[in-house]
Amino acid sequence: MIGVGKVKQYGNVLDKPLNKGKTEVSLSAFAFLFSELVQYNQTQVDNIGELERRLEDAGYAVGARVLELLCHRDKGNRRETRLLGILSFVHSTVWKVLFGKVADSLEKGTEHEDEYMISEKELLVNKFISIPKDMGTFNCGAFVAGIVRGVLDGAGFPAVVTAHFVPMEGQQRPRTTILIKFAEEVLLREARLG
Amino acid sequence: MATTACFIIVSRNDIPIYEAEVGVAAKREDAAQLHQFILHAALDVVQDLAWTTSAMYLKSVDRFNELVVSVYVTAGHTRFMLLHDSRNDDGIKSFFQEVHELYIKVILPLLHSITWLIYMLPFFNYLLTFILSVRI
Repeated sequence: MIGVGKVKQYGNVLDKPLNKGKTEVSLSAFAFLFSELVQYNQTQVDNIGELERRLEDAGYAVGARVLELLCHRDKGNRRETRLLGILSFVHSTVWKVLFGKVADSLEKGTEHEDEYMISEKELLVNKFISIPKDMGTFNCGAFVAGIVRGVLDGAGFPAVVTAHFVPMEGQQRPRTTILIKFAEEVLLREARLG
Repeated sequence: MATTACFIIVSRNDIPIYEAEVGVAAKREDAAQLHQFILHAALDVVQDLAWTTSAMYLKSVDRFNELVVSVYVTAGHTRFMLLHDSRNDDGIKSFFQEVHELYIKVILPLLHSITWLIYMLPFFNYLLTFILSVRI
Protein backbone atom coordinates (compact mmCIF):
# COMPACT_ATOMS: atom_id res chain seq x y z
CA MET A 1 0.00 0.00 0.00
CA ILE A 2 1.21 3.49 -0.60
CA GLY A 3 2.54 5.36 2.38
CA VAL A 4 2.60 2.44 4.76
CA GLY A 5 6.28 2.65 5.66
CA LYS A 6 7.31 5.22 8.22
CA VAL A 7 9.50 7.77 6.48
CA LYS A 8 10.81 10.73 8.40
CA GLN A 9 9.40 13.92 6.91
CA TYR A 10 11.86 16.75 6.39
CA GLY A 11 10.55 20.30 6.34
CA ASN A 12 13.09 21.46 3.81
CA VAL A 13 14.94 19.63 1.07
CA LEU A 14 18.21 21.10 2.33
CA ASP A 15 17.78 19.11 5.54
CA LYS A 16 17.49 15.69 3.92
CA PRO A 17 20.64 13.59 4.19
CA LEU A 18 22.46 12.64 1.01
CA ASN A 19 23.22 9.05 1.93
CA LYS A 20 22.18 6.06 -0.10
CA GLY A 21 18.75 5.22 1.22
CA LYS A 22 17.09 2.44 -0.81
CA THR A 23 19.45 1.52 -3.61
CA GLU A 24 16.85 -0.36 -5.63
CA VAL A 25 13.87 0.90 -7.54
CA SER A 26 11.20 -1.33 -9.05
CA LEU A 27 12.18 -2.29 -12.63
CA SER A 28 8.60 -2.40 -13.82
CA ALA A 29 7.92 1.05 -12.40
CA PHE A 30 10.95 2.42 -14.21
CA ALA A 31 10.08 0.63 -17.46
CA PHE A 32 6.56 2.04 -17.28
CA LEU A 33 7.85 5.56 -16.67
CA PHE A 34 10.41 5.27 -19.44
CA SER A 35 7.88 3.99 -21.95
CA GLU A 36 5.67 6.95 -21.11
CA LEU A 37 8.63 9.27 -21.65
CA VAL A 38 9.28 7.79 -25.09
CA GLN A 39 5.63 7.82 -26.09
CA TYR A 40 5.16 11.40 -24.93
CA ASN A 41 8.14 12.54 -26.96
CA GLN A 42 6.92 10.57 -29.97
CA THR A 43 3.78 12.70 -30.11
CA GLN A 44 5.82 15.91 -29.99
CA VAL A 45 8.24 15.32 -32.87
CA ASP A 46 8.04 14.63 -36.60
CA ASN A 47 11.17 12.60 -37.16
CA ILE A 48 13.46 10.09 -35.52
CA GLY A 49 16.47 12.37 -35.20
CA GLU A 50 14.43 14.81 -33.13
CA LEU A 51 13.14 11.99 -30.93
CA GLU A 52 16.66 10.73 -30.28
CA ARG A 53 17.80 14.24 -29.45
CA ARG A 54 15.02 14.69 -26.91
CA LEU A 55 15.80 11.41 -25.18
CA GLU A 56 19.45 12.41 -25.11
CA ASP A 57 18.65 15.75 -23.53
CA ALA A 58 16.60 14.01 -20.87
CA GLY A 59 19.57 11.76 -20.15
CA TYR A 60 22.01 14.70 -20.13
CA ALA A 61 20.32 16.26 -17.11
CA VAL A 62 20.52 12.94 -15.26
CA GLY A 63 24.17 12.48 -16.18
CA ALA A 64 25.24 15.87 -14.89
CA ARG A 65 23.71 15.19 -11.48
CA VAL A 66 24.92 11.61 -11.31
CA LEU A 67 28.47 12.88 -11.76
CA GLU A 68 28.24 15.33 -8.84
CA LEU A 69 26.44 12.94 -6.55
CA LEU A 70 28.66 9.93 -7.17
CA CYS A 71 31.92 11.83 -6.90
CA HIS A 72 30.78 13.16 -3.56
CA ARG A 73 29.21 9.99 -2.20
CA ASP A 74 31.20 7.08 -3.62
CA LYS A 75 34.55 8.53 -4.51
CA GLY A 76 35.29 10.58 -1.43
CA ASN A 77 35.60 13.89 -3.25
CA ARG A 78 38.19 12.98 -5.86
CA ARG A 79 37.70 14.45 -9.30
CA GLU A 80 38.70 12.78 -12.54
CA THR A 81 41.20 14.69 -14.63
CA ARG A 82 42.39 12.02 -17.08
CA LEU A 83 40.57 10.41 -19.98
CA LEU A 84 40.98 6.80 -18.89
CA GLY A 85 39.97 7.80 -15.38
CA ILE A 86 36.66 9.29 -16.42
CA LEU A 87 35.94 6.43 -18.83
CA SER A 88 36.46 3.78 -16.18
CA PHE A 89 34.38 5.92 -13.80
CA VAL A 90 31.50 5.80 -16.30
CA HIS A 91 32.04 2.14 -17.13
CA SER A 92 32.12 0.90 -13.54
CA THR A 93 30.79 3.33 -10.93
CA VAL A 94 28.04 4.99 -12.94
CA TRP A 95 26.84 1.75 -14.51
CA LYS A 96 26.89 -0.02 -11.14
CA VAL A 97 24.74 2.65 -9.51
CA LEU A 98 22.32 3.05 -12.39
CA PHE A 99 21.97 -0.51 -13.67
CA GLY A 100 23.18 -2.66 -10.80
CA LYS A 101 26.12 -4.10 -12.72
CA VAL A 102 29.34 -3.01 -14.38
CA ALA A 103 29.11 -2.43 -18.15
CA ASP A 104 30.00 -5.43 -20.28
CA SER A 105 33.01 -3.97 -22.01
CA LEU A 106 34.98 -0.80 -22.64
CA GLU A 107 36.95 -0.67 -25.88
CA LYS A 108 39.08 1.82 -27.70
CA GLY A 109 38.17 2.45 -31.32
CA THR A 110 40.62 1.10 -33.88
CA GLU A 111 40.08 3.55 -36.70
CA HIS A 112 40.15 6.83 -34.78
CA GLU A 113 42.12 7.98 -31.76
CA ASP A 114 39.20 9.77 -30.20
CA GLU A 115 36.61 6.98 -30.23
CA TYR A 116 35.71 4.69 -27.36
CA MET A 117 32.89 2.18 -27.03
CA ILE A 118 30.97 0.88 -24.06
CA SER A 119 29.02 -2.26 -24.92
CA GLU A 120 26.16 -3.93 -23.19
CA LYS A 121 24.48 -7.18 -24.15
CA GLU A 122 21.03 -5.96 -23.18
CA LEU A 123 20.63 -2.35 -22.14
CA LEU A 124 18.22 -2.02 -19.24
CA VAL A 125 16.19 0.70 -20.89
CA ASN A 126 15.78 -1.36 -24.08
CA LYS A 127 14.72 -4.47 -22.25
CA PHE A 128 10.99 -4.07 -22.80
CA ILE A 129 11.13 -2.11 -26.05
CA SER A 130 10.91 -3.39 -29.61
CA ILE A 131 11.54 -1.05 -32.50
CA PRO A 132 9.10 -1.23 -35.42
CA LYS A 133 10.68 -1.73 -38.85
CA ASP A 134 9.76 1.69 -40.15
CA MET A 135 11.77 3.44 -37.46
CA GLY A 136 15.00 2.20 -38.94
CA THR A 137 18.02 2.74 -36.77
CA PHE A 138 16.31 4.42 -33.85
CA ASN A 139 17.58 3.27 -30.46
CA CYS A 140 16.03 4.15 -27.11
CA GLY A 141 19.52 3.74 -25.72
CA ALA A 142 19.82 7.39 -26.75
CA PHE A 143 18.69 8.08 -23.19
CA VAL A 144 21.72 6.24 -21.82
CA ALA A 145 23.93 7.95 -24.40
CA GLY A 146 22.62 11.22 -22.99
CA ILE A 147 23.51 10.17 -19.47
CA VAL A 148 27.07 9.34 -20.53
CA ARG A 149 27.34 12.65 -22.39
CA GLY A 150 26.11 14.48 -19.28
CA VAL A 151 28.76 12.84 -17.13
CA LEU A 152 31.58 13.48 -19.62
CA ASP A 153 30.52 17.04 -20.35
CA GLY A 154 30.19 17.88 -16.68
CA ALA A 155 33.67 16.56 -15.95
CA GLY A 156 35.15 18.69 -18.72
CA PHE A 157 35.47 16.07 -21.49
CA PRO A 158 33.05 17.22 -24.20
CA ALA A 159 32.08 14.41 -26.53
CA VAL A 160 29.47 13.25 -29.03
CA VAL A 161 27.81 10.14 -27.65
CA THR A 162 25.47 7.90 -29.62
CA ALA A 163 23.85 4.51 -29.15
CA HIS A 164 23.97 1.83 -31.84
CA PHE A 165 22.70 -1.68 -32.33
CA VAL A 166 25.39 -4.18 -33.28
CA PRO A 167 24.02 -7.49 -34.52
CA MET A 168 25.74 -10.54 -33.05
CA GLU A 169 25.84 -13.93 -34.71
CA GLY A 170 24.13 -16.62 -32.77
CA GLN A 171 22.01 -14.22 -30.76
CA GLN A 172 18.50 -13.08 -31.38
CA ARG A 173 18.77 -9.57 -29.93
CA PRO A 174 21.56 -7.29 -31.11
CA ARG A 175 24.12 -5.93 -28.68
CA THR A 176 23.97 -2.22 -27.85
CA THR A 177 27.09 -0.11 -28.14
CA ILE A 178 27.48 3.41 -26.79
CA LEU A 179 29.93 5.18 -29.07
CA ILE A 180 31.87 8.06 -27.51
CA LYS A 181 33.71 10.47 -29.77
CA PHE A 182 35.72 13.04 -27.85
CA ALA A 183 36.17 16.63 -28.97
CA GLU A 184 39.60 17.65 -30.12
CA GLU A 185 40.33 19.81 -27.08
CA VAL A 186 40.11 16.73 -24.89
CA LEU A 187 42.84 14.95 -26.83
CA LEU A 188 45.00 18.06 -26.90
CA ARG A 189 44.72 18.47 -23.16
CA GLU A 190 45.42 14.78 -22.58
CA ALA A 191 48.56 15.08 -24.67
CA ARG A 192 49.57 18.20 -22.76
CA LEU A 193 49.10 16.53 -19.39
CA GLY A 194 51.32 13.69 -20.52
CA MET B 1 39.23 35.74 13.52
CA ALA B 2 38.61 36.95 9.99
CA THR B 3 36.88 40.25 9.53
CA THR B 4 35.93 40.14 5.90
CA ALA B 5 34.94 37.35 3.59
CA CYS B 6 33.41 37.18 0.15
CA PHE B 7 32.03 33.89 -1.10
CA ILE B 8 30.98 33.27 -4.70
CA ILE B 9 29.83 30.07 -6.41
CA VAL B 10 30.81 30.10 -10.09
CA SER B 11 29.24 27.55 -12.43
CA ARG B 12 30.96 25.68 -15.26
CA ASN B 13 30.44 28.42 -17.83
CA ASP B 14 31.93 31.11 -15.57
CA ILE B 15 28.64 32.59 -14.42
CA PRO B 16 28.32 33.40 -10.71
CA ILE B 17 25.25 31.65 -9.35
CA TYR B 18 25.55 32.67 -5.72
CA GLU B 19 27.17 35.52 -3.81
CA ALA B 20 27.56 36.29 -0.12
CA GLU B 21 29.62 38.82 1.80
CA VAL B 22 30.39 38.82 5.49
CA GLY B 23 31.76 41.61 7.69
CA VAL B 24 32.30 44.15 4.96
CA ALA B 25 34.76 46.89 5.86
CA ALA B 26 34.21 50.46 4.64
CA LYS B 27 34.00 50.39 0.88
CA ARG B 28 36.05 52.89 -1.06
CA GLU B 29 34.25 54.90 -3.72
CA ASP B 30 36.46 53.83 -6.59
CA ALA B 31 36.70 50.16 -5.66
CA ALA B 32 33.19 49.20 -4.76
CA GLN B 33 33.38 45.74 -6.25
CA LEU B 34 36.97 45.05 -5.28
CA HIS B 35 36.26 41.62 -3.80
CA GLN B 36 34.37 40.40 -6.81
CA PHE B 37 37.12 41.74 -9.04
CA ILE B 38 39.82 39.85 -7.17
CA LEU B 39 37.86 36.61 -7.35
CA HIS B 40 37.20 37.09 -11.03
CA ALA B 41 40.89 37.62 -11.69
CA ALA B 42 41.68 34.39 -9.86
CA LEU B 43 39.51 32.35 -12.23
CA ASP B 44 42.32 31.84 -14.73
CA VAL B 45 44.66 30.44 -12.13
CA VAL B 46 41.93 28.10 -10.92
CA GLN B 47 41.30 26.88 -14.44
CA ASP B 48 44.88 25.74 -14.90
CA LEU B 49 45.26 24.40 -11.39
CA ALA B 50 42.11 22.31 -11.58
CA TRP B 51 43.59 20.03 -14.22
CA THR B 52 46.79 19.30 -12.36
CA THR B 53 45.26 17.58 -9.36
CA SER B 54 42.36 15.27 -8.61
CA ALA B 55 41.71 16.82 -5.21
CA MET B 56 38.71 19.09 -4.82
CA TYR B 57 40.12 21.52 -2.23
CA LEU B 58 42.71 23.68 -3.97
CA LYS B 59 43.81 25.59 -0.87
CA SER B 60 44.88 29.15 -1.55
CA VAL B 61 45.47 29.98 -5.19
CA ASP B 62 46.03 33.72 -5.11
CA ARG B 63 46.73 36.67 -2.80
CA PHE B 64 45.88 40.34 -2.80
CA ASN B 65 47.39 42.42 0.02
CA GLU B 66 46.27 40.52 3.12
CA LEU B 67 43.36 38.82 1.39
CA VAL B 68 43.68 35.19 0.32
CA VAL B 69 41.63 33.42 -2.34
CA SER B 70 40.78 29.81 -1.51
CA VAL B 71 39.03 27.62 -4.03
CA TYR B 72 37.18 24.30 -3.99
CA VAL B 73 36.32 22.66 -7.33
CA THR B 74 33.52 20.10 -7.57
CA ALA B 75 33.30 17.17 -9.97
CA GLY B 76 31.17 19.18 -12.36
CA HIS B 77 33.71 22.01 -12.37
CA THR B 78 31.61 24.32 -10.26
CA ARG B 79 33.97 26.52 -8.27
CA PHE B 80 33.39 27.66 -4.70
CA MET B 81 35.61 30.70 -4.28
CA LEU B 82 36.26 32.32 -0.93
CA LEU B 83 38.10 35.59 -0.42
CA HIS B 84 39.17 35.91 3.20
CA ASP B 85 41.91 36.94 5.56
CA SER B 86 41.88 34.01 7.96
CA ARG B 87 44.64 31.46 8.47
CA ASN B 88 42.38 28.60 9.48
CA ASP B 89 42.95 26.08 6.68
CA ASP B 90 41.01 23.23 8.24
CA GLY B 91 38.07 25.44 9.09
CA ILE B 92 37.88 26.61 5.51
CA LYS B 93 38.09 23.06 4.19
CA SER B 94 35.21 21.94 6.38
CA PHE B 95 33.25 25.05 5.35
CA PHE B 96 33.68 24.09 1.69
CA GLN B 97 32.59 20.54 2.38
CA GLU B 98 29.41 21.76 4.09
CA VAL B 99 28.65 24.01 1.13
CA HIS B 100 29.33 21.15 -1.27
CA GLU B 101 26.66 19.05 0.39
CA LEU B 102 24.16 21.91 0.29
CA TYR B 103 25.01 22.56 -3.32
CA ILE B 104 24.35 18.98 -4.37
CA LYS B 105 21.00 19.02 -2.61
CA VAL B 106 20.07 22.20 -4.47
CA ILE B 107 20.97 20.97 -7.98
CA LEU B 108 19.61 17.45 -7.58
CA PRO B 109 16.03 18.22 -8.72
CA LEU B 110 15.84 17.85 -12.50
CA LEU B 111 13.79 21.00 -12.82
CA HIS B 112 16.64 23.16 -11.51
CA SER B 113 19.20 23.56 -14.28
CA ILE B 114 22.78 23.47 -13.05
CA THR B 115 23.57 26.85 -14.55
CA TRP B 116 20.70 28.71 -12.90
CA LEU B 117 21.02 31.12 -9.99
CA ILE B 118 20.48 29.42 -6.68
CA TYR B 119 16.99 30.45 -5.78
CA MET B 120 16.50 28.80 -2.41
CA LEU B 121 17.79 32.03 -1.07
CA PRO B 122 16.30 32.47 2.38
CA PHE B 123 17.39 29.14 3.71
CA PHE B 124 20.63 28.96 1.81
CA ASN B 125 21.58 32.43 3.00
CA TYR B 126 20.82 31.61 6.59
CA LEU B 127 22.82 28.40 6.52
CA LEU B 128 25.69 30.05 4.74
CA THR B 129 26.11 33.02 7.05
CA PHE B 130 25.74 30.71 10.01
CA ILE B 131 28.43 28.33 8.78
CA LEU B 132 30.66 31.22 7.80
CA SER B 133 30.41 32.84 11.22
CA VAL B 134 31.03 29.53 12.96
CA ARG B 135 34.07 28.86 10.84
CA ILE B 136 35.54 32.29 11.27
